[in-house]
Amino acid sequence: MHINLIIFRDMKFKILFIAFFLIVGCKNASKNETNAYENDLEIYNFDGIEKFLETKDGNIYVVNFWATWCAPCVKELPYFEKLYENYKGKQVEVILISLDFPHMYDSKLKPFIKENKLKAKVIALDDPDMNTWIPKVNTTWSGSIPATLIYKNDKKRFFEQSFTYSELETALTQFLN
Amino acid sequence: MKKTIKLILAVSVVVLVLSAFTTSNIATGDGYQIGAIAEDFSLKNIDGNMVSLSDYKDAKGFIITFTCNTCPYAVLYEDRIIALDKKYAPKGYPVIAIMPNDTNIKPDDGFEAMKQRAKEKGFTFPYLIDKNQTVFPKYGATKTPHIYILEKTNKGNVVKYIGAIDDNYKDANAVKTKYVEQAVDALLAGNEIKDKETKAIGCSIKVAKTK
Repeated sequence: MHINLIIFRDMKFKILFIAFFLIVGCKNASKNETNAYENDLEIYNFDGIEKFLETKDGNIYVVNFWATWCAPCVKELPYFEKLYENYKGKQVEVILISLDFPHMYDSKLKPFIKENKLKAKVIALDDPDMNTWIPKVNTTWSGSIPATLIYKNDKKRFFEQSFTYSELETALTQFLN
Repeated sequence: MKKTIKLILAVSVVVLVLSAFTTSNIATGDGYQIGAIAEDFSLKNIDGNMVSLSDYKDAKGFIITFTCNTCPYAVLYEDRIIALDKKYAPKGYPVIAIMPNDTNIKPDDGFEAMKQRAKEKGFTFPYLIDKNQTVFPKYGATKTPHIYILEKTNKGNVVKYIGAIDDNYKDANAVKTKYVEQAVDALLAGNEIKDKETKAIGCSIKVAKTK
């Protein structure tokens, strides 16, 4: 009887334990899987953006600078979405930094994110003092978009160019172990 | 035997790592640096005439502006480019605008559209088309708008400034430093230019696919 009770209590704990992890696990999963098109647009000046350019947590960050009015950017955007989908949960984060003009956030950017159901993280950068912040992203950047930064801890590569999906994946592969 | 395998493995790892660092970054600007002599060009203006730097006998230099109709940044700067020409052409530094995009990719940057835009905005300067896309690569221009200030010297037209017009694309009234004005003023006064190179966001120049 006594032994049975212990087993019973133990089982109870186990169930509680499992339930606890299920809840926490679900929470984490849902947090990771929030899609950009379901969220409010986050808007930052460059000081606010910097943390997205130097998160040294062992994850690979693929950071793309784009705008809805930039045709080659819009063309390659599906490749970044595909990369996000294909490498989800594999320590690869995709961040799409929009350089759309602030007066276009409501009329262009937000509808664009919703219509295209963008899933990767989208944030807007509103900072007109470009000569100060462009070199901080990368000293070689002349300022044209599209431009992409890929980094993992202290290793960084910067691309002032358009990508195909295979080119983008090749660039990412250099960061995968 | 084991040692050789280890050696082969080690070598291949080194090769892989090295190749990872040497491939895939496409060089963007191999053009003029500060101090370079800019070659003259002969490009078609919207009035049908060919324009060269050597046509400007009395100029002290040039404000070469790579711009286009379709880039929102370029459009935001149109009025400021007109103002630059009005202020500095009489002082010997005229604006010369060059449209570098491939017009198959950007039909709205086509020759007729350029004429139209210049008329609408009242451009006071030539608006040239780099039809064969041979001039902008020499400058190393990567985007619109992209400014190069040249000073005419005995040796030729020397590149003195590369970059942005000012430090606020959004609001001309909120500008703190007018980089181009600062540079031309320094040249006119015979002083050293404070900011010789500046950066700004722009639209990548659209290059013809056959190239």
